[in-house]
Amino acid sequence: MDTVNIMIVGVGGQGSLLASKLLGRLLVDEGYDVKVSEVHGMSQRGGSVVTYVRFGDRVYSPLIEEGEADFILSFEKLEAARWAPCLKKGGRIIVNTQEIDPMPVITGAAEYPSGILEELKNKGVLIDAVDALSIAREAGSAKAVNIVLLARFAKYFSIPVESWETAIANTVAPKFAELNRKAFELGYNA
Amino acid sequence: MKKLMIGNEAVAQGLYEGGIGFISSYPGTPSTEITEFLAKRDELHSEWAPNEKVALEAAFGASLAGVRSACAMKHVGLNVAADPLYTMSYTGVNAGLVICVADDPAMHSSQNEQDSRHHAIASKVPMLEPSDSAESLAFAKAAFALSEEYDTPVILRMCTRVSHSQSIVNTGGREDIPRIPYEKKPSKYIMMPGYAKLRHPVVEDRMARLAGYAENCPFNRVEWGCTDIGIITSGTSYQYVKEVFGDTVSVLKIGMPNPLPKKLITDFAAKVDKLCVIEELDPVIEDHCRKLGLDPVGKEKFSILGEFSQKTIAKAFGISPKETVSADTAAPARPPVMCSGCPHRGMFYTLVKNKITVLGDIGCYTLGAAAPLNALDSTLCMGASVSGIHGFLLGSEEVMSGKTVAVIGDSTFIHSGVTGLINIAYNGSPATVIILDNSITGMTGHQQNPTTGFNIKGDPAGKVDLEALCRSVGIRRVRVVDPYDLSACEQAVKEELAAPEPSVIISRRPCVLLKYVKTKPPVSVDPDKCRSCKKCMKLGCPSIAMKDGKAHIDATLCVGCGVCQQLCAFGAISGEE
Repeated sequence: MDTVNIMIVGVGGQGSLLASKLLGRLLVDEGYDVKVSEVHGMSQRGGSVVTYVRFGDRVYSPLIEEGEADFILSFEKLEAARWAPCLKKGGRIIVNTQEIDPMPVITGAAEYPSGILEELKNKGVLIDAVDALSIAREAGSAKAVNIVLLARFAKYFSIPVESWETAIANTVAPKFAELNRKAFELGYNA
Repeated sequence: MKKLMIGNEAVAQGLYEGGIGFISSYPGTPSTEITEFLAKRDELHSEWAPNEKVALEAAFGASLAGVRSACAMKHVGLNVAADPLYTMSYTGVNAGLVICVADDPAMHSSQNEQDSRHHAIASKVPMLEPSDSAESLAFAKAAFALSEEYDTPVILRMCTRVSHSQSIVNTGGREDIPRIPYEKKPSKYIMMPGYAKLRHPVVEDRMARLAGYAENCPFNRVEWGCTDIGIITSGTSYQYVKEVFGDTVSVLKIGMPNPLPKKLITDFAAKVDKLCVIEELDPVIEDHCRKLGLDPVGKEKFSILGEFSQKTIAKAFGISPKETVSADTAAPARPPVMCSGCPHRGMFYTLVKNKITVLGDIGCYTLGAAAPLNALDSTLCMGASVSGIHGFLLGSEEVMSGKTVAVIGDSTFIHSGVTGLINIAYNGSPATVIILDNSITGMTGHQQNPTTGFNIKGDPAGKVDLEALCRSVGIRRVRVVDPYDLSACEQAVKEELAAPEPSVIISRRPCVLLKYVKTKPPVSVDPDKCRSCKKCMKLGCPSIAMKDGKAHIDATLCVGCGVCQQLCAFGAISGEE
């Protein structure tokens, strides 16, 4: 099989590292060769963060470059647009419609672009927009945005729901297991 | 057992399986997790040391005592530990000693892009360089045996993309390594001139033997493909080469960048039509090839700057770029920022308001340099703010005293700020040093340090009394302020800057991200009272933005620190009663 490339993007502190950890484990359990690449430290402090997840028969590079991603899982709208050039032709963006102003917008040096997802859609990008924050709150915590987005993403794969649920149970702390199970269910059926 | 691990966890696993008994480190991205993963094990001693020099010397002591030992640091940490390193090359080791050093090409979280291979070459110490997690485990484990066989410390060179990329490893059991009894050997371990003169030839002989070993060692290997192109590569660059070419070209993968083999390289070069060297940062392998009389394609095509990817390789070989799509509207940048409720913000605001020149240091508070605060004037290396302000005041005209401060975090102050403070007290400059004490090592992800009262395992530990420490080195004016209290900050800064003698202000409040810190409910803006003066916007708080001409506070981000409340002249910002 060809290597499948998934980018998980968002704003530092949104919980994207947990999403990549969970996804990586699941794919290893499914028998694939897997590489997951992330960056810690300075860039995590409210900056734009990106994690690369690649799986297939044999994966070499831990990175995903322009025109290579099959999926972009974006925790924030502007970040989906920022990383869109990494998408391959026919690729899909699954995006949380939440907006978080970056510092240049806060200081007034720039404006938060409106209609940026429509622009991409008009150029043929497949976009699956979801209000993951509201769904996560419905599940019980705004912090479950990562699980909601993963659930939405799971629909595009043939990996059985039970395997996803097992991976969640093995990754999150037991006291949040029920919350995350519910977030997955709501996200999957949204 | 098959597991997905980041390179750093794999290094920890390799050291563990290799029977490590002692690790001492100072945190530094991207190396930190090596020590954190080992701290989860109870069969060995793990610790955070005050700095990398102390860590390496402690590891040396443990090796001398007979247990396999290690330390981990980022690339610039090896500069701090360079002093013991260069002479440990002479003494050699008793039990195996591994120095894990993580380079940061592209400076994801660093102040420079130095290439650690130069330290290995200059100190005459062998270096191994893995290219994924499986090799990180294997090389870390093998490094102990190599260290003992050749009686030398061994450097394990990581980089951000190997340290922080997860790939599959197969874990094994821990080797039962018997302690090697310590024996008094003055001519080996006392490096005074008479003995050191005897050890230098031992070092040269060892490197010659290692160069022979490099010709057939398991760390270097040739993967034959077609012989039109032969690529010599190492570390993460190997993965990019394989990503682009698969098994089609011939590759000499270097896993031991010091010492480099000669015959292996010349034989490889002789069998290929076109020779390329693909290595991140400096042309170390390339220069070696040139010394061997070869003329590879190297830095003319593959930059000294930044990090590589499969795109770098493809582009250099003229492979056309992949089709992309992008929005016409450019996405505004999203630089890292100080968090909502960060205790550093109140002090930085006070300094900016009073137009103070601020010599900065390494940590989360380096983010004070960003707009809109633009609070910093310099950042060099760990501790340089405190040492630097002394020279800045004595070297500048009279006018700079009373207008300049140094800022440094609690962990950084212990790392190497305190020596600068001793110099201030001893050589007498009227410097004001502000210790931004957030009670944790923040930027690297919350590690304990000697000021927090807890050790690496979270157990109670000796605690440095910062006030007493500063007084004991000769600073008479030492005071503590709460950076959430802007008027107290202002008073402290003005009074200490006016004093004609050195002073220390400890700006103390725990990092808002610490689990034990209880935050308050968010504050909010009454739009009827807001006069749109934008004074609150000067804080650079990510929770505050202008919406429809009025200040607006994002309730999902605000932690109710109340600093903006103190700024608002119109009482428009209030919290829940």
